Amino acid sequence: MSVFAAIVSEPFLRYAFIAGAAIAAASGLSGYFVVLRSQVFTGDALSHVAFTGALAALAAGADLLVGLYGACVVVALAMAALGARGRADDTVIGIVFAWILGLGVLFLSIYTTSAGGSNGVSGVNVLFGTIFGLSAAQAVIDTAVAACVCVVLVVIARPLLFASIDEAVARARRVPVRLLGAVFLGMVGITAAAATQAVGALLLLGLLAAPAGAAQRLTARPFRGMWLSVAFAVLSLWAGLLIADAAPTIPPSFGILAVATGTYLAAIALTAKRKPA
Amino acid sequence: MNATTSGLSWNLVADVRQLFLFSFMVNAFRAGTIVAVVAGALGWFMVLRRQAFAGHTLAIVSFPGAAGAILLGISATVGYFAVAIGAALVIASVPRSIGGTTRSSESAIIGTVQAFALACGALFVSLYGGFLSGLTNLLFGSFLGISPSQVIVLLAVAGAALAALALIARPLFFASVDPDVAAARGVPVRLLSSLFLVLLGCAAAEVSQITGALLVFALLVMPAATAQLITARPMASFWLTIAIGLIVVWLALAAAYYSVYPVGFFVTTIGFVAYGLAAASRARAARSSRRRLMAQPAGGIA
Repeated sequence: MSVFAAIVSEPFLRYAFIAGAAIAAASGLSGYFVVLRSQVFTGDALSHVAFTGALAALAAGADLLVGLYGACVVVALAMAALGARGRADDTVIGIVFAWILGLGVLFLSIYTTSAGGSNGVSGVNVLFGTIFGLSAAQAVIDTAVAACVCVVLVVIARPLLFASIDEAVARARRVPVRLLGAVFLGMVGITAAAATQAVGALLLLGLLAAPAGAAQRLTARPFRGMWLSVAFAVLSLWAGLLIADAAPTIPPSFGILAVATGTYLAAIALTAKRKPA
Repeated sequence: MNATTSGLSWNLVADVRQLFLFSFMVNAFRAGTIVAVVAGALGWFMVLRRQAFAGHTLAIVSFPGAAGAILLGISATVGYFAVAIGAALVIASVPRSIGGTTRSSESAIIGTVQAFALACGALFVSLYGGFLSGLTNLLFGSFLGISPSQVIVLLAVAGAALAALALIARPLFFASVDPDVAAARGVPVRLLSSLFLVLLGCAAAEVSQITGALLVFALLVMPAATAQLITARPMASFWLTIAIGLIVVWLALAAAYYSVYPVGFFVTTIGFVAYGLAAASRARAARSSRRRLMAQPAGGIA
């Protein structure tokens, strides 16, 4: 019970729990569609873009959030545009993000050499997240942004589901497939930027993929799967935070990812027993 | 001393000689050459099999491998190879063909493996404590301080991996181009695919010792994709891949030597420029051949 008292009394824990829950809900929701549409690799690419965007902003002396959100949304929309002429293929995505990551390394080196030695820390923070370091303003922004992403996704959920499962029929029924795809990738970009602050650029893929993968293992019904994915994501995040709070040597990102991976493993074990593949 | 090491001059021969003045640069070039050949050979098959995502994950898991090995006090090289091969086996054990939903669940599993591996890396680093400059080297590579014994290990593993690849190259090519027909002809497609992933893991572990875990992928994917854009003939594009890989690595090492910026940046940028040039010239060729077709009088297409 002392944990809950601490959450109420310690502001940094409160921010982490509230903003974290909003971010996790957005990740779980968009992750469900990412997995359904087989765009996990795109999510992977966006996570690397987040790193470069944040460090570009730092190297230019601007606010980290500007670079983070700007880079993620622009690249997400660019990928949607590439995908319009046939799906952007994994190799092209891979080449583009490998290069963007290379740019990120350049910005990291410019930033660390220009602003003194100890600044390697912020590069590491971008990579692995600093959920306990969220300021009040950041927490409010992240919560609001993540809540907006959730609302937009819930609003477009039904046509997006249709377009994801049977694109040709959806197109024939006048569902704006391309527009939906672009809006969706934009939402994934925003989610990636928000999640970078929670679990870090390198690990946000787990928050997108693991809860959604577990939910899709457990149920084939789309809306139930969606909510299940959200629930798994939020619970993993909270459990991870509690673990990290109890054992200070464990980084919160590891706790969150460990719980999410455990959930996925449990889902695999459960379904494997139910119907041997 | 300052005069001989003060950077680029217009005398190209002197520049190249200066590049090889120090033994650490000679070692870096040796290691870079080995790594470029291995990455090119396995990357070529990776691009052909459209396993870019699996390749990226194998590349990334070398980071927790090395961090864990350092935490346990054993050699980082051991950690690189052990974890990359382990992850390759995990990915290979995922069933690839049951119904239509497998592709999406396969990618969800790969993504989870990757994120969890990185989280483990973060944990090891945090447990080890005070390790920040080492961390950026693990992630983004450093060509300084490659020891001669490391070059020998790289060479031995590269030789073994390439020999194994040469043994399975023909059936693997068949299985990659048309898995159904290959399976029908009795080629062990599943076994080949697992073997290939293990070899890819070895290659990723090798490359990550030079470029760092995050940039291995550039050397795996960029030369191969460029070569496959330039020519569709398998043998020609295979050798072209290795040639492009070597040029990219050599140029990047030279550029990194003469500048303050990290080698990873130069590897990715030179590779990307090569791919961009190939894509642009291909698009131009396609456009001009289309124009020629249009310009021909009717009757060209009966």
